[in-house]
Amino acid sequence: MRQLLSGNEACAIGAIRAGVRFFAGYPITPSTEIAEYLARELPRVGGTFIQMEDEIGSICCMNGATAAGLKAMTATSGPGFSLMQEGIGYSVMAELPCIIVNVMRGGPATGTPTRTSQADVMQARYGTHGDHPIVALCPWSVRECFDLTVEAVNISERLRIPVIVLMDEIVGHMREVVELPEEVKLWQPAKPKPVREEYYHYDDTNNYDAAIASFGEGYRIHLTGLTHRKDGFPTDEPEIIKWNLDRLRAKIEDNRSWLWDLDYQDLGSETVIVCYGSAARSAMEAKHQVELKTGRRIGILRLRMLWPFPSQRLIGLLRSARRVIVPEMNQGQLYREVERTVNLNVSVVSVQRYDGEMLTPEEIVAAI
Amino acid sequence: MIDITQDRFLNFFRLDERFPHILCPGCGIGTIMGTMVRAFLDLGISQDELCVISGIGCSSRVPGYLDCDTFHTLHGRALPAATGVKLAKPELKVVVIGGDGDIMAIGGNHFIHTARRNLDITVIVVNNFTYGMTGGQYSPTTPTHEKASTAPFGNVERSFDVCFIAKAAGAMFVARSTTFHVAHLKKMIELALNKKGFSVVEVISQCPTFYGRYQGIGDAVKMLEWLKSRSVDVSKVPDPWQVKDRFVIGVLHDQQEVPPYTELYQSVRERARE
Repeated sequence: MRQLLSGNEACAIGAIRAGVRFFAGYPITPSTEIAEYLARELPRVGGTFIQMEDEIGSICCMNGATAAGLKAMTATSGPGFSLMQEGIGYSVMAELPCIIVNVMRGGPATGTPTRTSQADVMQARYGTHGDHPIVALCPWSVRECFDLTVEAVNISERLRIPVIVLMDEIVGHMREVVELPEEVKLWQPAKPKPVREEYYHYDDTNNYDAAIASFGEGYRIHLTGLTHRKDGFPTDEPEIIKWNLDRLRAKIEDNRSWLWDLDYQDLGSETVIVCYGSAARSAMEAKHQVELKTGRRIGILRLRMLWPFPSQRLIGLLRSARRVIVPEMNQGQLYREVERTVNLNVSVVSVQRYDGEMLTPEEIVAAI
Repeated sequence: MIDITQDRFLNFFRLDERFPHILCPGCGIGTIMGTMVRAFLDLGISQDELCVISGIGCSSRVPGYLDCDTFHTLHGRALPAATGVKLAKPELKVVVIGGDGDIMAIGGNHFIHTARRNLDITVIVVNNFTYGMTGGQYSPTTPTHEKASTAPFGNVERSFDVCFIAKAAGAMFVARSTTFHVAHLKKMIELALNKKGFSVVEVISQCPTFYGRYQGIGDAVKMLEWLKSRSVDVSKVPDPWQVKDRFVIGVLHDQQEVPPYTELYQSVRERARE
């Protein structure tokens, strides 16, 4: 069925198709349509929607539902995302899979709630206290809001981690005609749940791709935000502190090969645009304009996953590039990641726009 | 009363590696933990249908010692986490335990809103008038003028009445007891556990290490005597909400039950499907 949908709606539909049955959130522009859609649709499929007193309550409530075995999600924007950082740290430490959608708007502080921005790229990566990796996906179209939400659910379940979906206001509010699949491929644990006596919630064998126990299943599990042993109980022994942080890092490091998600065209070209989100739409148009006018090919490399940053893949893919353009709706947050990844003889150009307006193809053409 | 054998009592704890506990000698939290477990046993609450949830602080370490599903969450965030657990698995008995700093300060907003929503959760607020884990700072329940490590010249803030706020925010059942009145405390916890909807038991507890020392009350025994002499039963006072210099103990509020959130949300699901 072809439908005219916004990115926010497609994201909410993706969540339901991926089996999300719990949403706890707090109203915030420009993400509120996700909450509104799920407030209507989740009870129809036996799920639960709750509007909490703030974003801290929202993420902690979601962590509770996840610990009790539901696939859960929340959606927010910059200031709310900041309030959630404490709880995201808890999701990481207690290894609770969940989805946090951040429809980015301009900041800092209340900033420009109704205008677009890509200024939370670094907040997504480093916003939480402590030392740990994170996974953040970044759609550029209405269809991708659906696809990457489904993908986020699968990644979070497989790796037992929170996954961030970074949309920007344009992607969230933009409407496109799409045809969404009724059935989506969902990750199912291959292993059955182990017997209680042999079960350790944080055993090395169940760091990822494992069947995990929840509250109410007779396992009598203990979850804590303290550094814990494999049985979940707190410790401050140096070797276990390190084991714990290595375990969190291994979730990402061991799975980089299938995690990395990017899309590219004409990478043999001398000039390549590295882009993401709605700025990638302008980049695509800029590529066509330059190619039409000058006849020379322009490469494009679009990141669908910003974190973990695909450094090794970029080194390979940008082998023949001499000039890399990084257009962003911020003051060059991902530009620095690209700059420190590519060879010294490649010039990396940051194209920035941070006045709340969309980055235009003409601005990127001027940089090319 | 059902006779609780020592075996049944000990089986409720994670005895293998979790003891000795981290509490100071003379702390009241152990009394509360033991009394709570005796209440669970007397009411026949199974370890496999119970989830005990806490935030951060001395009393928030209690769940780690209990052999059931336990959830040691972030500072102040036990109630939103408990809300998530209860909504996901309404069949679980959900009990929250936390201190005056955890539940009334950093978690104060969550406390009033969870009461307002009427989640079917029992909250045990261990009120020792101080932040014990961090070394004796003043809390929202520290009386005015009293000294604390962060109020060396006396506390200028007014203090919260935990029970009054719980009642005002919409709790179905509110009671107060102390660590001196153990049989009374057990009765209050049992009444709270049996009440459908949001129920609160405030337990005045001794912290000899910090509060007792800062106020010059003395050691644990002196503090228990202090709790005894300062307490008055609710039946002995004309208006429990007007008593300022005593701990009024007993059932302070017990209203006719209204459907808890989980039942109301089930009707939302039915309306949504029509």
